[in-house]
Amino acid sequence: MSLTILNVLAAVVAAIAFAALNAAYLVWAERRGAGRIQRRPGPNVNGPFGLLQPPCDGIKLMTKQLMIPGGADKALFMVAPVLTMIPAIASFVTIPFSNTIVAHSMNVGVLMVIGFASLGGMAILFAGWGSRNKYSVMASVRSVSQAISYEVPLFITALTVVLITGTLNLHEMASIQAGGFWNWNITPSLSSPLMPVSFLIFFICILAETNRAPFDLGEAESELVAGFHTEYGSMGFGLFFMAEYAHIVIGTSLITILFLGGWGCPFGLYPGVWWFLIKIYFLIFSFILIRWTFPRTTIYGLLNLSWKVLIPITLFNLLLTAGLLKVF
Amino acid sequence: MGAYFNDIFSGLWSLCIGLSITFREFFKPVVTVPYPYKTIKMCKRYRGHIELIENEEGKPKCISCGMCQRACPSGCISLASKSVAYEVEVKGEMKTKKKKVLTKYNLDFTTCSLCGLCVTSCNFDAITFSQEYNLVSTRKEDFHFDLLNRLQERNS
Amino acid sequence: MSGPIQIQPDETFILNIGPQHPATHGVLRIKMEMDGEYIVKAETVLGYIHRMHELMGENRTYPQVLPNLSRLDYLGAMGYTHCHVLAIERAAGIEVPERAEYIRVITVELNRIASHLFWFGAFVMDLGGFTPLMYAIQDREYILDALEGITGSRLTYCYHSFGGVANDIDDDFIKATRAIIPMMRKSLKKYEALVTGNIIFRKRLEGIGPISAEMCRKYGATGAVARGSGIDFDVRKNEPYSVYSDFDFDVPVYHECDSLARYMVRMDEMEQSLRIIEQGLDKLPDGPIMPAKKPKLIKPPVGDYYQAVETARGSFGIRLVSDGTKNAYRFKLRSPTYSNMSLFDEACEGMLLMDALAMLGSLDLVIPEIDR
Repeated sequence: MSLTILNVLAAVVAAIAFAALNAAYLVWAERRGAGRIQRRPGPNVNGPFGLLQPPCDGIKLMTKQLMIPGGADKALFMVAPVLTMIPAIASFVTIPFSNTIVAHSMNVGVLMVIGFASLGGMAILFAGWGSRNKYSVMASVRSVSQAISYEVPLFITALTVVLITGTLNLHEMASIQAGGFWNWNITPSLSSPLMPVSFLIFFICILAETNRAPFDLGEAESELVAGFHTEYGSMGFGLFFMAEYAHIVIGTSLITILFLGGWGCPFGLYPGVWWFLIKIYFLIFSFILIRWTFPRTTIYGLLNLSWKVLIPITLFNLLLTAGLLKVF
Repeated sequence: MGAYFNDIFSGLWSLCIGLSITFREFFKPVVTVPYPYKTIKMCKRYRGHIELIENEEGKPKCISCGMCQRACPSGCISLASKSVAYEVEVKGEMKTKKKKVLTKYNLDFTTCSLCGLCVTSCNFDAITFSQEYNLVSTRKEDFHFDLLNRLQERNS
Repeated sequence: MSGPIQIQPDETFILNIGPQHPATHGVLRIKMEMDGEYIVKAETVLGYIHRMHELMGENRTYPQVLPNLSRLDYLGAMGYTHCHVLAIERAAGIEVPERAEYIRVITVELNRIASHLFWFGAFVMDLGGFTPLMYAIQDREYILDALEGITGSRLTYCYHSFGGVANDIDDDFIKATRAIIPMMRKSLKKYEALVTGNIIFRKRLEGIGPISAEMCRKYGATGAVARGSGIDFDVRKNEPYSVYSDFDFDVPVYHECDSLARYMVRMDEMEQSLRIIEQGLDKLPDGPIMPAKKPKLIKPPVGDYYQAVETARGSFGIRLVSDGTKNAYRFKLRSPTYSNMSLFDEACEGMLLMDALAMLGSLDLVIPEIDR
């Protein structure tokens, strides 16, 4: 019993460390990447290649005063940044980084991660409502409607994968795909011919779910100043910022496990945690590239895309896969 | 139905084109200059603040006619002069003549709009633009230049 | 999609955009009565950067006003000083050598491209895409460098002077400009692939912010706003000034009336400006850049003069009433963006906030020019 508690504690500490480190250095990677895309160097003064920039930013954020705007709902205002961070860290518990590195392999892993992801929407709603700012309220309402409409195709696509693999356990799901890229879920097979489309839809949904550009309507800096975190400064803002990147890591991990074979090598050689990391960082790079390429969508464009394009296709795909699985 | 799928595919294709452009830019060299570590040379017509030009004797060429002062739209030039008597030999006989000598030439750079009207209005080519652009301060007084003083410092 | 809808009069709230807001690109304030995300009523509030340029024009001598003109629109300053010198040359009857006029046209067109490039970047940034701004600024940098080489300034030029231009252009400038033309053509292709063809971008602009030709006439909108609404009006063609009648160029006109039409007009205008520069460099005559007898004291005879030019933002005009002294009696500036902006209040009613701000960006506002 005590060993289990220790295990859980160690897992939580490791998850927090991983999430924080990733968040800090993904900010750096994003700024460097954006710089390269825009033909400028990005942060390069603090330390070699600007590698000391994240700690500097962290110190700056932590030493600033935490301001609560007058008339704000204090409880909601304070709880929102924490609430956005909790699901991000909790989700790490069930993510299998390799065959052996997994904190707790759960039989409802997929459900848990997606369930926790939905909690993020609540944090945004709290933040927007609690700050007593019209921009924030509008942004949070946008974010929530966005989250609701994108969880539907996200879930249906995950369900398709669950149908194929026959399990909700993330660890088992990745193990089934071991052996090479022809075993991965993304490769179309006789029983699941539309899997690349599913992958694309899942990718788009993760983009929308993590509030990344071109779906960053909750932040929309040219319209709503800074969206739901307009009134946040200091570490309140820092937590939102870190949670965004933690969510990205979770999202890309989910894509990797569901579609790209988890820790498996594309050619079946040396499977291990490094392949997992290579895959998620490749996906994160594509997130960065997308963010710095496209303009923002509109709220109705986004809802149209979800309800008129993604959901019909995913539903069709689900039915097709179910039917074909029955046949073959 | 055809238009529906056509829209999706052409849309996706346009997004891919966009991504390919930014991806190619990713590997191109940076075009910026890391400013405090590396500076660029200003072109020779660069308009900095004005500077007095000296003659062969190291004295300012300015004869303090005040054209620049009158031409300036923002009134940021103020100059003063005094008459100095000097003797010249004209046809073998010493004559006393009077000449205006510049005693003060102040530029209030805070109100200068760098239009260059003072330089074009000067008939004696006595003022020019400096190439200096590293001008920063938190105090107004730092931008009240005494150009006569600067000229002497340059010479010494 | 976001056409005018029927809105219940109750349950609205006031949203104050500006004077400091990322979308207004300056100190413009818009008071919006909102119903959720829909705008019920909008009211633009001006005057935050009013500097009394017209009064200054009446209190200063004619040459002293020249630097003021480039402070109106800091992105396309060349066109504004051009208008001032043309107005006073017309009033005072100063002859301008042909070479000087050609140099003026080349610099004005270069500045127009620089201004449109910056607008392009800022507009895409309004829509949430940041990278095109950096590419646009990179291209604009070459133009600014070329202009800096001959004028000495980068933004607020004071290069045109009465009777000609301040300095003659040199070989470096001609070489740089010749290099800019193919580079810009390549860049315009890149922008077309990266931005114009982008489905997200098109969906955000197609049919958004319709401004009818009638509304343009009502508010006196000119420039790309009018040309995007099907009004074929360009001062360079309709009332040719300077040496524009020597050049062969088209005026792009779109009839869609939406934000995309206004965007396309400006993108096409850049290509036309390149054509003008190319022809200008080919035809550039030799000769002086100032008349033999430099006008010293400018005292236009008593009278009422008007000069309009096509700046990057539309038709800019100076009305000058002279009483024969060295100061103007009345110095009225007709600013294009003031008219272009005034139709925003009416046009944005019933629109979504994000569409309205996309439309605001497509009007290409420079706030110091509105407030003067």
